[in-house]
Amino acid sequence: MPLSRPGVRTRPRLGPRRRPRIRARTGLTVALATAGLLAAGCANPSVGSDRDDPTRPVTLTFWHGWSDASEVKAIDDSIARFEKLHPNITVKAVGNVSDDTMNQALRAGGSDAPDVVSSFTTNNVGQYCSSGMWADLDPFLKKTGVDKTKVFPKTLLDYTQYRGRQCALPLLADAYGLYYNKDAFAEAGITRPPRTMSELKRDAVKLTRRTQDGGYHRLGFMPNFRLYQNSPDRLFAQWGPRYFDRNGKARLAEDPATRDFLTTQRGLIDAQGGYRATEKFRTTFGDEMSSQNAFLRQKVAMHMDGEWRGLMLKEAKAPFRWGVAPMPVPDDQADAYGRGYLTGTIAGIAHSSRHQNAAWELVRFLTVDTDQVVAFANAIHNIPSTKAALASPHLDADPDFRTFLRIATDPRSTALPPSNNGDMYVTSLQDFSYAAEAGRVPDLDAGLRGLDARIDADNLQSEN
Amino acid sequence: MAATASPAPELRRKQLRERLRILGFLSPWLVGFSVFFGYPLIATGYFSFMHYNQIEQPTFVGLRNWTYVLTQMPLFGPALWNTLWLVVVMVALRVVFGLGIGLLITKVKSGAGFFRTAFYLPYLAPPVAATVAFVFLLNPSTGPVNEILGALGIPAPEWFNDPTWAKPSLVLLSLWGIGDLMVIFMAALLDVPKEQYEAAELDGAGAWSKFRYVTWPAITPIVLFAVVTGVVQTMQYYTQALVAGKLASGVSIGPGSVIQPGYPDHSTLTVPQLVYSLGFQNFNTGAACALSLVLFVIAMAVTTLLMRKRAGLLPADD
Repeated sequence: MPLSRPGVRTRPRLGPRRRPRIRARTGLTVALATAGLLAAGCANPSVGSDRDDPTRPVTLTFWHGWSDASEVKAIDDSIARFEKLHPNITVKAVGNVSDDTMNQALRAGGSDAPDVVSSFTTNNVGQYCSSGMWADLDPFLKKTGVDKTKVFPKTLLDYTQYRGRQCALPLLADAYGLYYNKDAFAEAGITRPPRTMSELKRDAVKLTRRTQDGGYHRLGFMPNFRLYQNSPDRLFAQWGPRYFDRNGKARLAEDPATRDFLTTQRGLIDAQGGYRATEKFRTTFGDEMSSQNAFLRQKVAMHMDGEWRGLMLKEAKAPFRWGVAPMPVPDDQADAYGRGYLTGTIAGIAHSSRHQNAAWELVRFLTVDTDQVVAFANAIHNIPSTKAALASPHLDADPDFRTFLRIATDPRSTALPPSNNGDMYVTSLQDFSYAAEAGRVPDLDAGLRGLDARIDADNLQSEN
Repeated sequence: MAATASPAPELRRKQLRERLRILGFLSPWLVGFSVFFGYPLIATGYFSFMHYNQIEQPTFVGLRNWTYVLTQMPLFGPALWNTLWLVVVMVALRVVFGLGIGLLITKVKSGAGFFRTAFYLPYLAPPVAATVAFVFLLNPSTGPVNEILGALGIPAPEWFNDPTWAKPSLVLLSLWGIGDLMVIFMAALLDVPKEQYEAAELDGAGAWSKFRYVTWPAITPIVLFAVVTGVVQTMQYYTQALVAGKLASGVSIGPGSVIQPGYPDHSTLTVPQLVYSLGFQNFNTGAACALSLVLFVIAMAVTTLLMRKRAGLLPADD
């Protein structure tokens, strides 16, 4: 019986054993090709080298975050000083680089990837160190005879290392304090800046000026977490928090300070008109770094900010008298007055740099050299990050700036602990705090337990 | 034996040549599909079972990424809800609005060119610029829209600053840029044979009957196209929600700052934003891949459902 009609082409019969063999061969080829591609896709993008001769001519690429004209000039001047000391090294500086850009570029690799990297935040140090993305600097410190414990204050050294791996060094520091409008204080009959949270609340209410339609002319102090530098971790520093226990587990729920912090912040908001009203007022504020800054425009009478704001207020010729003081502390920790939140810019060497010894020369100059650190600190009004520079007689003698120096050297000042998960736990805290300040957390204790669980789950997920 | 065996190899060679020719013609698509879809899909599946921070070598972690995404990541729920909300509401309103504008413009006797241009132009605005403009216009305190509403005595919402209004504000933004759908619907509407309308009129059909029995059957393939592409696009909704959230939050953006998408109260957080945060900010590649696959499966399921059932848009025999 014919299996096909005449004129109709039939498929040749390949026999029962040949087809599977062809299929198997094709399948194997596809599988191998896919495996090869996958392996190529996840290979370490590029491997750096610390065997270069730093006395040979070389061009280094340096990525940093400064973008303001005066700050860019200050870093360019620093580089010029470095190049004068090391004529064989040319530095190509690239500014306004965010952490996201740097993170992605270092993973992608390529010839244009930076040799020297810096970041405006210490939040990602744990991630940089644990992933090996930033090279370990201890061998370089040892090789060039730098004793880091003698050069850098302990808090700053702590926030630039993770589990014993020193993958970054402080490149100036930032301290947070309270800016206050002296004219508004005089008008309200307040004689000195508040020192405790109760005083802050009392003064904030006195300084608040409402409009007839229920809006605001001026708020005494806006504690809302989305305002400029008011992120929860910065205000929380006044409570001296400990985020993790000895085993690295989140312990925010068990620390009564967390609850007190969130309750106090909400109390401050409620005392000045409530969350909805203050948030609406916040939408009238201009950009933080512009002439429309709310403190500069006298929309808030007290404001938490970093030491750099003083220089900006002077340059903007603020039309009122202002002063600075440490941020108030909780009532039950009144003796801790003087502390503040610390963070800073950090610098390191990209793991992919093929000129790591030359890169170290630049990092060492920027972070260790006392004259350079003092000159740069004075130029951009940041806190110097070495012990020698902090004690230098050449530091800016401006009394407002000196207030921040005292906050920076206060042993009770705190910085965020590094985590292998970068800033994800800070993000989780922010998330929770946003909900708490908006009154969307009915049971704070249960909420904090959930927050701890979330942070632990995120940290576990990021570990190998 | 030899005489009977010879035709088979020749036939095989012929068939091989034919297959190679077909493959040659198909090769551009095959290469594109393999490189830009097949490989990424396989890699996404592979990495969803790996711990991989894009620096160190990946290590197998079994179902940990999946467990994390589906049970331990609190933002997954709100992000999925927002994405599905936008898919349902935004796509439906865009199709209805696009069709409505298309119908109106095809009926306009004079100045049709002006209206066509006026409705199409916003679509040409870059998404970021358009979103910035919308956030500015809808600023609850200083925006002109609320000033006008206030002057008219109408209670003004807080738009992008209110969790209840943030997604509807994004829908408004998408309706403003309806030009793409309007053009497609206009083309479809102008393509409906005039004779059919004349015949319907002779039968005494009114405006609704003409739309229901003449226009609708003719344009349903285009409506299906608009719905399917709308669903796929909205599943990938990212830029406008991110820009609107960032701007409305007033949080400073700069090197060192932590920007969280989803302001206010995660109401504008979408799954693609979460994928980006996980994959390219936290470098949690495994979880990002697992989440991408969830999104892929949902998008495929919705699209397959629409194509199979054709959402009741096409006649059964079509």
